[in-house]
Amino acid sequence: MPKLNKSGEVFADDWQVQEKEQDLSAEQLSAGKWLVHVKWYLAHKDTVTPSDNLGVWLDSDDEASDLGDAAKLFPVVGVNFPVFSDGRGFSIGRTLRERYGFAGELRALGGFMQDQLFYLQRCGFDAFIIKEDANVESMKQSLRDFSDFYQAAVDQPTPLFRRRLAKQA
Amino acid sequence: MYVYDEYDHKIIGERVAQFRRQMERYLAGEIPPEQFLPLRLQNGLYIQRLAPMLRIAVPYGMLNSRQLRKLAHITRHYDKGYCHVTTRQNIQLNWPQLEEVPNILAELAQVEMHAVQTSGNCIRNVTTDQFAGVAPDEIIDPRPYCEIIRQWSTFHPEFAFLPRKFKIAVAGTQADRAAIYFHDIGLQLVKGPAGETGFKVIVGGGLGRTPVIGSVIREFLPEQDILTYLEAILRIYNLYGRRDNKFKARIKILVRALGPDVFAEKVEQEWQHLRESPSRLPQEEIERAKSFFPEHAYVRGLADINEMASINKLRGENRDFGNWLSHNVHGHKVPGYRAVTLSLKFTGVAPGDLTDRQLEIIADLADRYSFGEARTTHNQNMVLADVRASHLYELWLELREAGFATPNIGTLTDITCCPGGDFCSLANAKSIPIAEAIQREFDDLDYVYDLGHIELNISGCMNACGHHHIGNIGILGVDKKGEEFYQVQLGGNSGYNAALGEVLGPSFSREEMPNVIRKIINVFVENREGEEEFMETFSRIGMGPFKERVYAKA
Repeated sequence: MPKLNKSGEVFADDWQVQEKEQDLSAEQLSAGKWLVHVKWYLAHKDTVTPSDNLGVWLDSDDEASDLGDAAKLFPVVGVNFPVFSDGRGFSIGRTLRERYGFAGELRALGGFMQDQLFYLQRCGFDAFIIKEDANVESMKQSLRDFSDFYQAAVDQPTPLFRRRLAKQA
Repeated sequence: MYVYDEYDHKIIGERVAQFRRQMERYLAGEIPPEQFLPLRLQNGLYIQRLAPMLRIAVPYGMLNSRQLRKLAHITRHYDKGYCHVTTRQNIQLNWPQLEEVPNILAELAQVEMHAVQTSGNCIRNVTTDQFAGVAPDEIIDPRPYCEIIRQWSTFHPEFAFLPRKFKIAVAGTQADRAAIYFHDIGLQLVKGPAGETGFKVIVGGGLGRTPVIGSVIREFLPEQDILTYLEAILRIYNLYGRRDNKFKARIKILVRALGPDVFAEKVEQEWQHLRESPSRLPQEEIERAKSFFPEHAYVRGLADINEMASINKLRGENRDFGNWLSHNVHGHKVPGYRAVTLSLKFTGVAPGDLTDRQLEIIADLADRYSFGEARTTHNQNMVLADVRASHLYELWLELREAGFATPNIGTLTDITCCPGGDFCSLANAKSIPIAEAIQREFDDLDYVYDLGHIELNISGCMNACGHHHIGNIGILGVDKKGEEFYQVQLGGNSGYNAALGEVLGPSFSREEMPNVIRKIINVFVENREGEEEFMETFSRIGMGPFKERVYAKA
């Protein structure tokens, strides 16, 4: 499925997502780009070497702390939204960025919806796996719904009240 | 009152544009209904039994006359000429057209209003005491903190898809008038040992089908830390609140499942990561927020006794005026001033309903008597908070003319009542006709006064919008095989001495209700010692005598 970035550009995506019950052999792993589930990674971390072709994904009931500082070892971390109403991924994404210093690509997977793109990018997501038939022009607009915001988040760590005070000074 | 700056205007304006595009996409079939649902809810728009309903935010109950006139225009132009004050200080329109909602929101934005997050699984409009800033028993004015919390919670990107709705209330007085023990988070402003300002933090209170009194998780939180601490609570709730069952998804269930101590510990751990972040409030921001709520230009140095001399004389000469003074007029921290409640509980009108013309009258009265401001209350009345005492008689004459002078505030007939089955698609039963039948049953004002302070609350279903659990007398509409019945509860209390009502027994038909309430009141009167309030008598004699009388075989 195509990948949208936070600037509204669309890319072909060649990352495969490991199913939770799926095991991967060393051959399979080396044959492509894989996002492996965090629990599988933790069980195999002694034998699996992080590389440009390896990333990790977390489901909404996984904890950001499961991956923790190890997030920095990977170029890509995915967070799954089983349904758009499951908002745990917003907290997981923000925690990976703000607490564990993850600076690679944070991608939203699964059932999030277009009208969450703006909040997702505020929480640190910079890539979104979208449907083949998605209306990209309309999504670009949704990414730009607001030009400013009150509270701090990943994209703007300084809350508006501090910026207001700085302007007055 | 808070005044928007360029940032607020920009952000709210962009919200209107965003929702306009979302509505267009929805009407063009580009957003499926299940995805449009949270979008419209977070803009205050419900689809109700008969028509859409739009819930307009009144942040912590404050309105100015310009806003009241705009609301009058909106109810007249886009609705049927009336609106409804809710138990969370908001204002609802019952008959807007779906397609016109973006235009209504644009009109609201012109007067610094919106319908943001008045519904949906997000942080809702923060509420407080209707006498904030003027109450004689106030320790700290809660409104600057309410505004700080409003801004922080508005379009919070992390907390817009919570397990369930989330309500915050703030109180700054000795007597709680904001029901802070019955909110997801209740904040009580308190002074620390060195006179510093902070909050007692209460979590996990709530009404609905599982009523719970909140638990104190922190006795004193310094004011600078409020946003980072709220963020820690919300994050714990967002991550660990139940999402598998809508009826177990409120934070009260999580707090109960973990135990308040464990919950507090988790919050504390999370907070350690956040407390030194830029979201910690600098003193300058607290001062800036306070600067929007200065004292009005009161005439200073008035001797209260002189100001009230002519009024007290008229009190003796005019019984109706005297009754109104005793029940609808409240103390003020500035000598020579009073706060006045406009009763929206005129028998025959749904509790909390206001016409377009009445909104304009309130705007005019606010301009002439109360520095251009008015407030909504969670008991579904309106308040003019800053009236010169010597003007009370003139004001009363005008209020009487407009239908706002029913002298029943705090009495049995000042009924708090949800819209119920007449409007709401969730309701099991109608609530407004019950309120009216009880008001008619108790039409002897002197008798009602003798009964003292009684809160009677009615909800049309267990979602408890009428807060029936915390009425001294609570009435709950239930559905029995397609017929409307009413369950009665006694002993609820919304203050710092929070208590949940107990169920009296099997439910009653609508026709039986006035007589049931009559019997309850008779038991109270017969057992009352001296000037006891209903709650005191109930605490002393318990449920038994009430049960016996109401269910006695004829």
